[in-house]
Amino acid sequence: MAHIEVDDIHVYYGNIRALQGISFKVEKGAIVTLIGANGAGKTTTLNALSGILGLREGSIHIGDTNISDFMPHQLIPKGIVHVPEGRRIFARLSVDDNLAMGAFTRNDKAELSKDREYVLEMFPRLRERLDQTAGTLSGGEQQMLAIGRALMSKPDVLLLDEPSMGLAPVLVEQVFNSIIDINKTGVTCMLVEQNAYMALQIASYGYVLEGGRIALEGVAQELAKNEEIKKAYLG
Amino acid sequence: MAFNIVASSFEQKYIERSQWHMTGMTGFIFGFVALYFNFVGLMTQFMERWIIEGVLTLAHLTIMGVALFGGVTIAIRSKNLSAAGKVANGAAVGAMIGIALSLLMLFMTQLDIRFMFVALSNKLFLFLSWKQGLEGGITLQIVLSAALGALGALIVVMPKVLRRPLIWGLSAVFIVGLFSELIQLVMQYEFILGFRDWFFTWEGQRVQGAMVVFVVSFSAMLFWTIRGGAVKERFGQLSPSGQKSIRYFGWACALILFLLFPAAAGSFFGQVMMYVGLFILMGMGLNLELGLAGLLDLGFVAFFAAGAYTIALFTGEHELQILLLDRPLTWWEALPLAVLVSVAIGFMFGIPVLKVRGDYLAVATMGLGEIIRVVVLSDMAAPLLGGSQGMLHIPRPSLFGWELNDPIYLFYLTLVCASVAGYFAWALENSRLGRAWMAIREDEDVGQALGINLVNVKLLAYGLGAAFAGLAGAIFAVMLTSIFPHSFQLLISINILALLIVGGLGSLPGVVVGAAMLIGTPELLREFGEYRFLAYGAVLIAMMRIKPIGLWPSAARKREIQSAEEIEASIREQMEEEGQRT
Ligand SMILES: Nc1ncnc2c1ncn2[C@@H]1O[C@H](COP(=O)(O)OP(=O)(O)OP(=O)(O)O)[C@@H](O)[C@H]1O
Ligand SMILES: [Mg+2]
Repeated sequence: MAHIEVDDIHVYYGNIRALQGISFKVEKGAIVTLIGANGAGKTTTLNALSGILGLREGSIHIGDTNISDFMPHQLIPKGIVHVPEGRRIFARLSVDDNLAMGAFTRNDKAELSKDREYVLEMFPRLRERLDQTAGTLSGGEQQMLAIGRALMSKPDVLLLDEPSMGLAPVLVEQVFNSIIDINKTGVTCMLVEQNAYMALQIASYGYVLEGGRIALEGVAQELAKNEEIKKAYLG
Repeated sequence: MAFNIVASSFEQKYIERSQWHMTGMTGFIFGFVALYFNFVGLMTQFMERWIIEGVLTLAHLTIMGVALFGGVTIAIRSKNLSAAGKVANGAAVGAMIGIALSLLMLFMTQLDIRFMFVALSNKLFLFLSWKQGLEGGITLQIVLSAALGALGALIVVMPKVLRRPLIWGLSAVFIVGLFSELIQLVMQYEFILGFRDWFFTWEGQRVQGAMVVFVVSFSAMLFWTIRGGAVKERFGQLSPSGQKSIRYFGWACALILFLLFPAAAGSFFGQVMMYVGLFILMGMGLNLELGLAGLLDLGFVAFFAAGAYTIALFTGEHELQILLLDRPLTWWEALPLAVLVSVAIGFMFGIPVLKVRGDYLAVATMGLGEIIRVVVLSDMAAPLLGGSQGMLHIPRPSLFGWELNDPIYLFYLTLVCASVAGYFAWALENSRLGRAWMAIREDEDVGQALGINLVNVKLLAYGLGAAFAGLAGAIFAVMLTSIFPHSFQLLISINILALLIVGGLGSLPGVVVGAAMLIGTPELLREFGEYRFLAYGAVLIAMMRIKPIGLWPSAARKREIQSAEEIEASIREQMEEEGQRT
């Protein structure tokens, strides 16, 4: 059974229709990417998934739980965590406190410190800067912190919104490598990207969003070869 | 590097070109301040008040102080001048102030404008001219102000060994003189009466008293400036545990002195300190809401009122309470009720503004606060809450059959309550809930995405914040034994907000310092009537310019400022590097 199943969702901002009937599936333990141009509705889709936006029609299932009407804070206990667009770390708190906030709902101290260790191993630059105010981190470090903070909740599903935004190519590679690593531990990843080339390299399956509709879908490697996509997104 | 050189040389040139401009500007501003004091009638009032009896009034000191500070300011600002140059410029600034005052004198003799400015009286003229007539007065005023300006500059340029003791000595004389009435109130005991009367009269301090104060504080500071380093070194050589015990001993002594002070000093001080205590309590409550959770609340006074009215309802002789209970509750029994009612009002308060953020929240909560005040005032609630007549005859609490009827007892009651509440505030700050508050303060959406239940956490912020105010209200009700709606004005919410910001938002010690500064000081200066709020306003402006993060900021805020400075430094470095490359 699919881990995430989105069935024909319609999302509106007031009267403006942003998503007009989107359906997709993410298998357990997969990396699936959602690509598309600016304003296609990628962020809207993720926000609908994580309960920030309500659905006008359609449904979202995680495993066999219908989460269509969940409030955002109810998703963490279901193992879903959202790394929002533009990182949005807690700029005035220290790096350490940011990580602690990620584990807000957890009580298992021993497990928690193990996970913290795991995050700091994955991003050694964060370990060097534990006491630094998060707002003073570089863009790349902030992205690492945002992912690290999300991992502190020990998720089964990671929703990533444009983790490569504004990063130098070297850093993009680093971040994407860490996504692969995270995925290897069994975490299902839903990756929203404009950097279609990179995203299709690490994903197994991809969806192309256009004007609030799925325009195209397929196995990632094949999408990467698709002429239309090459023209539109890969340049 | 290149960039930096350009910048600094530009700066230098700018300063060189504008020394005249700067001196002129400083003189102009301080001259304006001196005139302003005269026009608003501050001088007329201060003339009545001796600092050193028969020698100097507060008015003399104020007008001389303006010239002195003019000199200090220009000496600090002109960094590139020699010592002599600074003194000369100080004299110039002083002279300008003297000229401003002279113009005022001329003005007063030539035109009769008392119908517009009541303060410009004959007495003021005599004061300004030192009773020397117009010409003599003008000469004297200009010379004296110039001398004072020069003295101010001189204080800045003189060596530290002299400067520090001098400043301390002068300030001590001034402060003792300013508070001489209060100090005499404290020295109420038989065995020091003789000593007191040698030092003071009820008009001010005697010359001999002022001299002793000056000599003692001057020499104490002189000793410390010369030998202080050695003392610190000796202290540093002690074993860490020895240092610790000395430090603890010091703190313990300070605590005991503080605890005994109101009992020894009398009711007036008990009253003032208790009033400060109430604001500390409320400050801690608003600090939870604003400092931790970032929810700006201008209706906070409503919770204070809720606590006070609950006590009045349940402890006084009142129809409703007779209906519900067979006897009035004691204050202690009603106290938890008062807190609970405030919490309930806090929750109710939170619900309509759950989705309101930032500046809009300030306005919305202000509206809620006003609604509660108007409801209390209304005829509808009058049978219950007494309308504008208020509620009278609230019985005082008693402990072991002993009625707490003196402000001093109530101060100790406040102190105990504030300590307990302070512990809770501290524990909350470091709890899971405290962290949740901080998270939603930083970013509501992300906080939610990390599993924080926004509704619960926000309502808890309002409810628990209100608990502190309810406690304060419960004490307030028995302070005067009667309460009126007009005691619960918007101004109280604003004062609490101001004391939080002056103390340092999000910092518990900051609440105490801010309350002492903004609530305690004006209470002590009651004899100056409305004029003390002139000082209050000036302090607020000065504070926000000089130390916007507050007097005792929280560790986190300090770190923030520090890292902001680090960022600036790194940007500067980058610019320098770029400059080198080009
Ligand atoms: N709060 C909002 N109110 C009204 N319209 C919105 C709002 N947020 C997004 N939209 C609109 O919805 C559409 C989809 O936006 P969305 O943010 O999902 O795009 P995106 O695919 O994430 O784009 P990008 O790659 O630039 O982040 C856009 O047309 C946008 O203008
Ligand atoms: Mg987007």
